[in-house]
Amino acid sequence: MLKFASCDGCQLSLLDCEDELLAIAGAVDIAYFLEATSSVRPGPYDVALVEGSITTPHDLERVRQIRKQAGFLVTIGACATAGGIQSLKNWADHEEFMRCVYAQPEFISTLSTSTPIAAHVPVDFELRGCPISRHQLVEVLAALIAGRKPRTPTHSVCLDCKRRGTVCVEVAQGIPCLGPITQAGCEAICPAYNRGCFGCYGPAAQANCDSLVDHYQQQAVGTERLVPLLRNFNAAAPEFQAASNRVAGGDAS
Amino acid sequence: MADGQSNTTERFLPQTGLQHLIDLLTTDGYEVIGPQLDQGAIVYDTLTSVDDLPRGWTDRQEAGTYRLEQRNDDALFGYVVGPHSWKQYLFPPLTTISTADRTDAGWEFQTPSEPPPRRAFLGVRACELAAMKVQDRVFMGGVYVDPAYQRRREAAFIVAVNCTLAAPTCFCSSMGTGPQCTQGFDLVLTETDAGFLIESGSDRGAELLEQLPTREASESERDLGKAARQQAVDQMQRSLDTAGIRDLLLTNMEHPQWEEVGKRCLSCTNCTMVCPTCFCSSVTEVADLTGDHVERQRVWDSCFNIDFSYMNGGVVRNDVRSRYRQWLTHKLASWHDQFESSGCVGCGRCITWCPVGIDLTAEVAVIRGSGSATNEMHTDVAMQGET
Ligand code: SF4
Ligand code: SF4
Ligand code: SF4
Repeated sequence: MLKFASCDGCQLSLLDCEDELLAIAGAVDIAYFLEATSSVRPGPYDVALVEGSITTPHDLERVRQIRKQAGFLVTIGACATAGGIQSLKNWADHEEFMRCVYAQPEFISTLSTSTPIAAHVPVDFELRGCPISRHQLVEVLAALIAGRKPRTPTHSVCLDCKRRGTVCVEVAQGIPCLGPITQAGCEAICPAYNRGCFGCYGPAAQANCDSLVDHYQQQAVGTERLVPLLRNFNAAAPEFQAASNRVAGGDAS
Repeated sequence: MADGQSNTTERFLPQTGLQHLIDLLTTDGYEVIGPQLDQGAIVYDTLTSVDDLPRGWTDRQEAGTYRLEQRNDDALFGYVVGPHSWKQYLFPPLTTISTADRTDAGWEFQTPSEPPPRRAFLGVRACELAAMKVQDRVFMGGVYVDPAYQRRREAAFIVAVNCTLAAPTCFCSSMGTGPQCTQGFDLVLTETDAGFLIESGSDRGAELLEQLPTREASESERDLGKAARQQAVDQMQRSLDTAGIRDLLLTNMEHPQWEEVGKRCLSCTNCTMVCPTCFCSSVTEVADLTGDHVERQRVWDSCFNIDFSYMNGGVVRNDVRSRYRQWLTHKLASWHDQFESSGCVGCGRCITWCPVGIDLTAEVAVIRGSGSATNEMHTDVAMQGET
């Protein structure tokens, strides 16, 4: 379990698997997991779970090393698969950020962008979410142990929303919701608590972002609302990025 | 399961008699399920009292929007159909079909034997009765019968309610499924200001009716009921021209409108989830981490999912256009070949609950060359400012 720019929340999902933790510990040999133990062993590793995005030149070098050490590389979470919330800096002036935050910015070595792992090295499997679902993490581990393909859905959040009997917050209350263009994985938790989907699991396969955005604009949802909605944990996912740029650029009306 | 047609004359049940009906069903061991307010809509859930019903509420529906509104009377059934349908009780979103455990002696297989759920559905509308009939053909017609569906269906006691209004999204008249309930119920009610008119449609319905505090309906009471039912007929605005629809759609598989609707459709599956006749599911084996315990689970699935058309080697319907076309042509055209009826009962749910308000009646009209399918969303319902 290795980490780049991230909050550690996805790693903690593994410790959250209370019911399955003993079975996992019995089935795999954990060589490197700083959130759980400070004793680490050098590679190579059969499986590397990689959390976080690439934001420094040092990260860039390290992820290449990890790739060499890893038999099967799984990226976990929105940071590792799409650049995370920190990819908002891709739209900003990072030099200025550094001047504002650090007394001596010249000591800081950082890239101007936050990018997913797959932008730099080949990735064998991507587990989406902010944070990831522990059920999906267990599924991936179980699949790797059994030597089969992990089963993680590519359908929209709406399907899970309807399966659990939630009344659509978009249709019944006019709350903008990214569910129709977001990949499932969260069990559609937000609409069940009267919130629109924030897009934590990134774009669903063949997401029709343009149609949903057009619709919200017709419903008088303003740019100041739509752009932050699309530029969230998966801001740099290509489909969401294109959609938010279109809205921000004002050419979507 | 209710099978008869109305076989008695209407009787009059005072407003207070409805609680009596709920109590009788409960005493009989039924879990009574009916409409109630929840999450900003009228949904179906377990109830024990008439006070659980949406007294004085109605729904305002348009393509892509649904809003609750207060009525200016105390009607208990003064609305049409909501986001839920009875499908969720007869064909639940998730079913464990079988389980397997690895033992020293090999695999042990089991079929969970669920206790037959004894449920009474209160407030079933004409289009919903028609939808059950459609799903009966799917799950029980022919050689392969779904035993779990059959058990649930046969145990269900059905108290239907005649619609006394129609939403702008309703088009049951043109599908020949409503708005009046004619068959498939145990009891049917018509609500009027004075009280209910009630009729039985089966032997067990008639038995229950005898225990209710009814009296013979007067002519003026019957006229009130008739007028209430006529109101629904008169309010129906939408229609679907079904003349030759099977051939119309199947000979227009390359019509440019499929491309057009494919640009708007989100392929989000909502229309298929809310549709009371859509029956697609996928079956997966779900193992625990050890691989010693495996469950075979059946979950609602949809032709709008890319994976749903995955066959060995690739995806068959790999764009939104072909998935929408698959849905509509199955529902309205090839359903006739497969099940000898339309797959649509005209309930309008797919129109209301489509996040972008796609309306199948408008799509068909375009293909027929008799209408336009611009987005008919009404913008008077503003989106919320803050969430
Ligand atoms: S609330 Fe959101 S996720 Fe749920 S059905 Fe509506 S649009 Fe889809
Ligand atoms: S296709 Fe639409 S209108 Fe027809 S039965 Fe299904 S949800 Fe109702
Ligand atoms: S028609 Fe509407 S509800 Fe159905 S998949 Fe397309 S966008 Fe979703």
